[in-house]
Formats: sequence, structure tokens, C-alpha cells
Amino acid sequence: MNTELLGVIGIFLLTIVLAIPLGKYIAKVYLGDKTLFDPIFNPIEKFIFKISGINPAEEMNWKQHLKALLSINMVWFFLCFFVLLFQGSLPLNPDNNPSMTPDLAFNTAISFLVNCNLQHYSGESGVSYLSQIVLMFLQFVSAGIGMAAAAMIFTAMKERTTEQLGNFYNYFIKSCTRVLLPLSAIVAIALVFSGTPMTFEGKDAITTLQGDHVEVSRGPAAAFIAIKHIGTNGGGFFGANSAHPLENPTYFTNGVELWAQMIIPFAMIFALGFFLNKRKLSNIIFGVMTVGFLLLVVPTVMSEINGNPAIEKMGIAQTTGAMEGKEVRFGPAISGFWSIATTVISTGSVNSMHDSSMPISGAMQLLSMMVNAFYGGCGVGILNYYIFIILAVFISGLMVGRTPEFLGKKIEAREVKIAAFIAILHPLLILAGTALASYFAAHDTAMGYWFSGNATGWLNNPGNHGFSEMLYEYTSSAANNGSGFEGLGDNNPFWNITTGIVLLLSRFIPIIGPLAIAGLLAGKKYIPESAGTLKTDTSIFGIMTFAVIAIIAALSFFPALALGPLAEYFTLK
Amino acid sequence: MKNLFSIIKLTVATLILFAVIYPLAIYGIAQIAPNQGKGETISVNGKVVGYQKIGQKFDKSNYFRGRPSTVDYNAAGSAGSNKGPSNPDYLALVQKRIDTLLLVHPYLKKSDIPSDMVTASGSGLDPNISPQGALIQVKRIAKERKLDEAKVKALVESKINTAVVGPETVNVLELNVALDALR
Repeated sequence: MNTELLGVIGIFLLTIVLAIPLGKYIAKVYLGDKTLFDPIFNPIEKFIFKISGINPAEEMNWKQHLKALLSINMVWFFLCFFVLLFQGSLPLNPDNNPSMTPDLAFNTAISFLVNCNLQHYSGESGVSYLSQIVLMFLQFVSAGIGMAAAAMIFTAMKERTTEQLGNFYNYFIKSCTRVLLPLSAIVAIALVFSGTPMTFEGKDAITTLQGDHVEVSRGPAAAFIAIKHIGTNGGGFFGANSAHPLENPTYFTNGVELWAQMIIPFAMIFALGFFLNKRKLSNIIFGVMTVGFLLLVVPTVMSEINGNPAIEKMGIAQTTGAMEGKEVRFGPAISGFWSIATTVISTGSVNSMHDSSMPISGAMQLLSMMVNAFYGGCGVGILNYYIFIILAVFISGLMVGRTPEFLGKKIEAREVKIAAFIAILHPLLILAGTALASYFAAHDTAMGYWFSGNATGWLNNPGNHGFSEMLYEYTSSAANNGSGFEGLGDNNPFWNITTGIVLLLSRFIPIIGPLAIAGLLAGKKYIPESAGTLKTDTSIFGIMTFAVIAIIAALSFFPALALGPLAEYFTLK
Repeated sequence: MKNLFSIIKLTVATLILFAVIYPLAIYGIAQIAPNQGKGETISVNGKVVGYQKIGQKFDKSNYFRGRPSTVDYNAAGSAGSNKGPSNPDYLALVQKRIDTLLLVHPYLKKSDIPSDMVTASGSGLDPNISPQGALIQVKRIAKERKLDEAKVKALVESKINTAVVGPETVNVLELNVALDALR
């Protein structure tokens, strides 16, 4: 067990150490500074811009950024939706998998578009290889969109007054080619040589050692799984995601995949510091996030290692910890760690089944997504945290009686209103969705078109845990996470459509809000720092931000957590 | 309108880069990987008996068993049970698994059984069990195959994969292939 904890700590530290130079490199990319890789990427990007007729040097204001971002997303949605809808008759379908129903195609296209990767299908039987590749394309570009939005905010935070915030396409393409692509290639190669398949041959049929006939699903998995983690998407190639022995074959690949999903979110925070030349600010932000992360990780790892008290009561030794839904090659320690890493950082890939986690772990996984501001997904993590900074600046300004300022710009009513709206939207979507589903489940309503049978039929577990399954699904959608308490019967119009709507709202509104705030602030007069300025790069301000995050999360979510995992914890003791 | 065309052209260009060139490059590199990236297989007398990473069903009494599986080791799919830790039906199922294990291994004490042998894996295709999970079956296998118990035990111990970090594992298929070769 000790070496298992050592593995967890080692991966975490290694990621932090490597995130600092990567952050420096990302800052250089967005600043347009020279890097080692210019000779490779300059011609590729030049070619892409030339054939699409885009001038990457053209400056845009925040509204133009938004317009470009939203319209390109619309094009991708239709592309993906139609491929999924007709995949059965399109090429590259060696396993002859059927086309998706319209509601499932709608949900799947949106969920990959918004970097969530909620999957209401199983990879082996639900999609063709062509669809897998189109979904993989969305995994690249949706991560690029998040990073481009963050790059615009970085530019807006500079100490000057301007409407010109760089070019959206420039940030977007460079994020994809210079960061996501090379890192994915490295991870994919590591996976291929550790046993993950990368083949276009379909299923294999074999006779096992004791004589059974079995079919084994394969596919072009390694390329997919790499960007799935690098881009914090999380959608699995196979149904069991990274618990599948081909998707995540060894303890080593498990470490690689953990590293891959944490590295860009970590690096983006350091990139902010290098970009603005404010290392102290980014260190404080990283520190606050790390404290929050560890507060979620430690109870989870401990409760998984301690095992299931109900099984212990039957007389079974819990020396290997809680093993339901877990793989022997990973063990409970790193599975517990992964479950928090993947929920804190909107990846949503799983190497163990969260539905079978211990109640305290389930509560921590939910809380990670409810807070949704520690590290966070590719680019968007820092956007979410930005909202809390604005709120913290405003509240501390009121407390000490100074005009709220952030990086030399006055925060006024309009910005605070936007920030408050974004902060409230997240709990609203989660709780309203859960309330709706729980109402139907509590009344066991006949669902007609929306679900075949009565509403309780979509639950895989009774009682408090059943409530947690519904709460988890909307929380995961609203956090654009994509993991699930997968026992929930979610491939039906009710869940496909309601979560699809939550996905759309909770992706684009929390991008529009911070972009608007940053754009508005960038246009304001720059006020140089004076003795009267509230310093935002101090640990006191860090604690203040943490308090704002904790209070909002506690007030919004404690009742729901009490009804779900906490109640289950006390019944299980 | 001009904007829309630009966006469509940009989409096509990025599609070529990320959905064609990138996967083909990885596919090319996979050609020098183990079994050309088709998944590593294990053969006995030149006949493929399984994938090294994919667990398979062993319910015959002369083989070491693997973990319980929700998909019954059907590798054209994969899934965990997704049963919550307090679910009464689930706990009854675990109790049944314990009773079955005790029935097949009458010499066992409950406290010898590791939890991985009575719980379903996340993928339903877990190729491994814990060393303890293999060791508790030694006596049964030795009796079933009329082999020396110490010899079977030594075989299990030789098949324990240890690493610098991470849990110790035993690959059930590899163990059973070696068991078949044991005289």
C-alpha cells in the first residue's frame, strides 16, 4: 500500500514540475515570441490560414472573438451530428454498428463539442471508427477553443487600455498545433508501445484457453485516448473508459494518462504568470487551487483504501481496499486520486466506476465538479476561477472600503452582475435538473416518449444512492465533466435532451461571461498601483478567494449532498 | 457569408491535420509496436488463446479463476456493475460470491479472501487478480490436477508481477497457460 501512495505523490509532483516550463512555453506561443519549434509549425499554420483566407494578425475586440467562437462551434456541431446520425451507412465501420437515434446523436455531438464527453453510448457497439475519428477531431478543437478563450483573457489583463485583444483564430490554431498536437503524439506513442491498439481492423474472434468463443473489440484507440486526456475531454474509446485494459493497460499508462490530463490545466495557470510577468499572482492562484484539490483528494483516497464497511462486516479482509468497479492493476489509492483529478479538471475519464465508490468519495467527486474552479479544464478552468476573483475583489473592496480594482482596472456594477450571474447559473442548472428528475422518480411517473417505462426504471441503485446518480449526471453536465454514476439509464430522450441543454448553457455562458468582463475591463482606464490599491497577489487575497468559492459551494450544494452521499455514508457505517 | 466560408475551410484544413494526418502518423508508428498495434496476444502451440491484457472467463475447476465480471468477460463490450456500496441487492450478491468461494475451497477461512475476488472489476475484463487471490486457489488446483501443492504454489509465486510502485498483480491467463505446461 505504501508504494501505491508513493505512485500517487510521484505523479502529482512530476506534473507540477513539468507544468512550469510548459507554462512558459504556452505564454511564449500566445505572446508570439520565438520558440524552438517555429521551423516546424510556422509553415503548417501559414498553410492553414492561407487556404481558409484568414489573416491571423488582424486584431479583434471581445465581441468579434465571441462571434468567431460561437459560429465555428455551430459548424462543428452540424458536422458531427450528421456523421453520428448516418454512421451506419458511412465508411470505416468494420463492426457494422448502427446509426444513432436523433436524440442520442444530439447529445453526443453537443457533449463532444463542449469538451464534456458525456457518453450515453458504449464505444464498442455505439459508434463506427469514422465517428470515433470525428469525435477525436472535436476533442482537439474543443480543447483549443477553451485555450483560445483563456488566451484572450490573458491579453485583456495586460496593464493598458485597449479594445484590441489579439486574433481568435491565431490563438485557436496555435493552441491546437503547438500545444495539443505534440503532447498528444507523445502520449499516443507511449500508449501504443504499452499495449493500446491502433488498428483499423475490426473485432477479433478467438477461442479462449478453456475453449469459449469470444470477440475482442479493438480499433484506432491510442491516438484517441491521447487527446482525450491532453485536451481534458475524457470520452472513452471503449465503454469502460480508462478502466478498460486496452484503453489503459498498465500502471505506467495509468500514470501517463493522469499526467496527460493534469498537465495543461496546471501549465495554463503558470502561463498566466509568464504572460503578464506576474509570477506571484499565478503562484497564489495555483496554491489556492492545490489546497482545494488536496482537501478533496485526501478523504477520497483514505476511504477507498479503507474499503467497504458492509463487506468487511461479512468477514472479508479489506487489505486491497474497496475493489468494486476497480481494476487490480491500479488498486484503490491511485483510483481514488484519479477520481478527484478527473472531476476537478473537467476530464471525466474514469479508471474506476464512480457509481461504486465509497460514499465519501462520491461526495468529494460531486463537490469537485460543483466547485468547478480548482485547476479546471483546458483553458476554461482559469475562466471559472476568474469569475471568483472578480467576486472576491468586489467583496474585499466592500469590506475595507476601497474601490474594487483588479490589475489596475476598476470593477464596477456591470462586471459584478455578470460574475454573479455566472456563479449562480452553475448551481441553478444542477439543482433544477436534479429536482426535475427526482420529481419524476419520486412519483414513479410513466414517461411516455421520454423514457420507456416508469421513471424509477432509470435508477440502478435504490435510496440515497439513486438520488446521487441523478445529481451526479446533472453536476457532470453542468461542469462539462463527462464522468457519470454510469448505472443511470441515460440513453433515452429524457436524459439525452435535458443534459444536452444543460451542456450547451453551461459551456457557452461561462465562456461568454468572463470574455465580456475581461473585454469590458480591458477598455477601461488603467490606474497605476498606489498605496490604496488592494493587492491581489497576496496569500490573504488567496484565502479570500478560497472563502468565496467555499461559501458559494456550501450554500448551494450542501442540502443536495446531504440527501445523497452523506446520508448513504451514515447508513453504511 | 464570407466569414462562414472561411470557417468551413478552416474546419476542413484542421480536419485533415487532426483527423487524417495525426491518426495515420500514430498508425504508422504502431507498425513497429508489439503485434503492430493490434493488441498483444498469447499463443499456445501456435494457436492464439487470448489477448494478454484482456481477462477471460475461467469457470472450469482445473483453472485459476479470475474476478467476477458484469459482462461475463465478453470483450466485445465492457462495463462495471455500477452498484453502490450500500445497495442491499448488491451486498446479497457479494455474500453469494463468498459462499460459492467457500464451497469450492472448503479449506478457506473468510478472512483469507481478498476483496478483489468477490467484487466485479470496472471493465468486466480485468486480466489480473491479487497474489492473495491466486494463492487461496492453490490447494484446489493441486488437488484437481493431482500436482504437488508446493509446486503449484511456486508457480503462482513466479507469476507475481511486482513493480517499484503500484499493486502486485497476477495475470490469470498467463498463470493458467503456465499451469497447463506444468507436469
